Amino acid sequence: MNYEAVIGMEVHVELNTRSKVFCGCSTNFHAPPNTNVCPVCLGMPGTLPVLNRQAVEFSVAVGLALDCSISRWSKMDRKNYFYPDLAKNYQISQYDLPLSFDGAINIIVGGETKRIGITRAHLEEDTARNTHTLGGGDSGVDFNRSGVPLLEIVSEPDIRSGAEAYAYLTALKQILQYLGVSDCNMEEGSLRAEANISIRPVGQEAFGVKTEVKNVASFSGTQKAIEYEIARQRQILENGGAITQETRGWDADRGITVSQRSKESAHDYRYFPEPDLAPIVVDTAWEEQIRAGLPELPQVRRARFEEAFGLSPYDAGVLTASREMADYFEAVVEAKAPPKQAANWIMGDVQALLTYRELDIADCPLAPVELAAMIGLIENGTISGKIAKDILPELMDTGKSAQDLIEEKGLVQISDADELVTVAREVIAANPGPAADYRAGKAKALGFLVGQLMKATKGKANPKLANEILARELGSSED
Amino acid sequence: MDREWFRMTAHELADAFRNGDTTAEAVAEEHLARIEKIDPQVQAYVDVWQESALDAARDADARIRAGTATPLTGVPMSLKDLLCSTEGTTTCCSHILDGYRSPYDATVVERLREAGAVVLGKVNMDEFAMGSSTENSARQTTRNPWNLKCVPGGSSGGSAASVAADEAVYSLGSDTGGSIRQPASCCGCVGMKPTYGRVSRYGLVAFASSLDQIGPFTKDVRDCALVLNAICGHDKRDTTSANLAVPDFTQALTGDVSGLRIGLPKEYYTDALGGDVRDRVETAIDILKDRGATPVEVSLPHTEYAVAVYYIICTAEASANLARFDGVRYGQRAANVKDVRELYHQTKSAGFGLEVQRRIMLGTYVLSSGYYDAYYLKAQKARSLIAQDFTKAFEHCDVIVTPTTPTPAFRIGEKIDDPLQMYLSDLFTISTNLAALPAISVPCGLTTEQLPAGLQVIGRPFDETAVLRTAYAYEQHRGFDWGRPPLG
Repeated sequence: MNYEAVIGMEVHVELNTRSKVFCGCSTNFHAPPNTNVCPVCLGMPGTLPVLNRQAVEFSVAVGLALDCSISRWSKMDRKNYFYPDLAKNYQISQYDLPLSFDGAINIIVGGETKRIGITRAHLEEDTARNTHTLGGGDSGVDFNRSGVPLLEIVSEPDIRSGAEAYAYLTALKQILQYLGVSDCNMEEGSLRAEANISIRPVGQEAFGVKTEVKNVASFSGTQKAIEYEIARQRQILENGGAITQETRGWDADRGITVSQRSKESAHDYRYFPEPDLAPIVVDTAWEEQIRAGLPELPQVRRARFEEAFGLSPYDAGVLTASREMADYFEAVVEAKAPPKQAANWIMGDVQALLTYRELDIADCPLAPVELAAMIGLIENGTISGKIAKDILPELMDTGKSAQDLIEEKGLVQISDADELVTVAREVIAANPGPAADYRAGKAKALGFLVGQLMKATKGKANPKLANEILARELGSSED
Repeated sequence: MDREWFRMTAHELADAFRNGDTTAEAVAEEHLARIEKIDPQVQAYVDVWQESALDAARDADARIRAGTATPLTGVPMSLKDLLCSTEGTTTCCSHILDGYRSPYDATVVERLREAGAVVLGKVNMDEFAMGSSTENSARQTTRNPWNLKCVPGGSSGGSAASVAADEAVYSLGSDTGGSIRQPASCCGCVGMKPTYGRVSRYGLVAFASSLDQIGPFTKDVRDCALVLNAICGHDKRDTTSANLAVPDFTQALTGDVSGLRIGLPKEYYTDALGGDVRDRVETAIDILKDRGATPVEVSLPHTEYAVAVYYIICTAEASANLARFDGVRYGQRAANVKDVRELYHQTKSAGFGLEVQRRIMLGTYVLSSGYYDAYYLKAQKARSLIAQDFTKAFEHCDVIVTPTTPTPAFRIGEKIDDPLQMYLSDLFTISTNLAALPAISVPCGLTTEQLPAGLQVIGRPFDETAVLRTAYAYEQHRGFDWGRPPLG
């Protein structure tokens, strides 16, 4: 029987507000344990939450970017369960009235664009972090993370494969990063993805029994976990078995999912409206103000790059992968570099050097205007592309301008015809064999002679001019 | 000692300080001596702050000399044990918080300190404010100063008893369903629950967040206005506190009620309300009438649902609010447990008293999947109807006047094994919490058993002024000298 997978994603994203969602503590991830804490995020008796306005604005911005409707009136609720990482033993979250609902995100898989529905995005507080000594015995709780604002983004079950899930996560992360609302760092836990997976015979309407896969540390891991889970479920069904509704963890080392908790022991969260917080009212004026502050989103920017700069879909995709990359590219073009050349340099040598230096484009030491100036020098024939390649690392490391650097190093291209004629004659004289070959009609021999000329000028000869002069000299001496 | 300063009100003391008749230090010493002498009988205090009280009194004297005193500077007072203070312990009179010291001061404590208050210590209460007799305290049984065999009411029984027994000039308590007004009525002092949102709850250990409100116990209505002036107002740490201007409440103390319409809800004055309490309240209404007020019959048709609605909402909220007491971060923790589940189970079983456990279980039940709609949601709807009753009634009157409690203080042990009877002690006070209204209890005479009865005055939201105006006018004209409990 043919099965199809039905997958919905739940993504938790920590919002990078400066302070926590209900108190003034810093959200800094790197502080020593239990230093970014106060009576509120420790859940001390008598404390009350105060909602962080920035967290609401970030949440609404995400909602708008995901094409969601924004709730005019929403509220916070208490989600009750007991765990030592939960300071109050209830989490302040949103139950039936999320800030944003009913949106969508476009993903591209195998060249095809597909729309994945967004059910809702709601604001809540993160929990603390538990650590345990190896072999048991002692447990510690670090409350620095307690109360960091968290946005839970829930998709519709529109995803059909691991590859689509991967594309969904990538597209979502890209949007969140464009908005600048989250670091989206899976290793540090600022982005956590869970997949709800079931399979059903192709053509069947009803959903199969689902499993929930957690603890995946990367997007590619999520894709693998989903693919594994689909195969596992198929095997069970094909052997006449039944799927158990449960939570399964991804064991990356073994490449399998492992049962963690079955539905029978699932919690009754006893949600009820948080009486300590007033309802959240996002009126149209506020919504429009947030909308006006939204940056150009990746898909729009990508289309514009293709249109305005004549870039290929692939190049436009690479250059809009991150907002910083796209900003850098646009700054280079703004400084008068031809778009195609700018794209090639950024995607090629610049990116390679950044990768080698473990730098992000946002921290690129080479200012866009300097890169544009260097490209300009190639365009006007002052230096060759080869020279440009050679000096790029130094350009990046010293912060000098390309002009200063080539002058300092005497790398200005020789475009003086008289000077090149002299060298050409020397080369011809020193290489009678190839010269004779060329005159005998072996056009290829010219390349060798150009190479010799470049060598003699330490690569500074203008290649186009060198070609012309050599050809002319070989022809004239024949006369 | 020519005068007994501990018998004075705050405004009398302020005059005495200003005139140099006595000092804050002397008055504090006198109160501490009074506590030492009387409290073994009354048992109002659970923690006395001898040293810090005298320090605060000396600071107050410096302020008085410098001419920067407020009306409460140097006036000794007590705090209910659920108001967080960096001084001493804050235990909510529960074993689960034995020895707990708060890392911060509640907003009201901060404001009182700024006003120059002298805090004498913490007073007894029903554990986590759950009860109507203070018998649910894990510490001690507080006695009614008027009759030591009787309860002081609850849950703020320690606050009421400390003021009635002259062990504090005033006290701060909290009122979730009557926990200020009912003990004030039982002990014969003035007790007021302001409008929900009038006083910051930051630092009040929550019982039921949508109902809790802090308020004063005082010896007269003027003092009540003075304390309200000091503690009311918006606090950015409590977003449910109202961002409204706070009037000078002493402006309400005119003694004039002419033209005031006083609503008498027919659902409260039923045949079931009898005896001395009804008699005292009717006399009080006559006095207000004599001063020019007009009694109007009003109806609060959903009154009969109030107790049920209250016990669903308050237990639901409490079940979440008390979840944090798990022994993980602070408070008492069970030893020798094998896992986290057992840690919770044993810590909570050992730390919480029976009434608290009963309410946590009730609250957990009404919020449970499958029961939420039938209980919690329905209760919220009924709560709206109860609030609407008041809105409609206030179209016909300016204040509503009722007895504070159906009966005077009962005997210790009388109702402790009958929770439902105990819950009915708050019959007349609960609705105002559900409707978030301001209400005061002012003494209106002694019953034949020589126990105080209380007159409750309820106002429109944020109209504490009308409540105080009515209560003050009655107090000024009630025609008898309010006596003192028969204590030493």
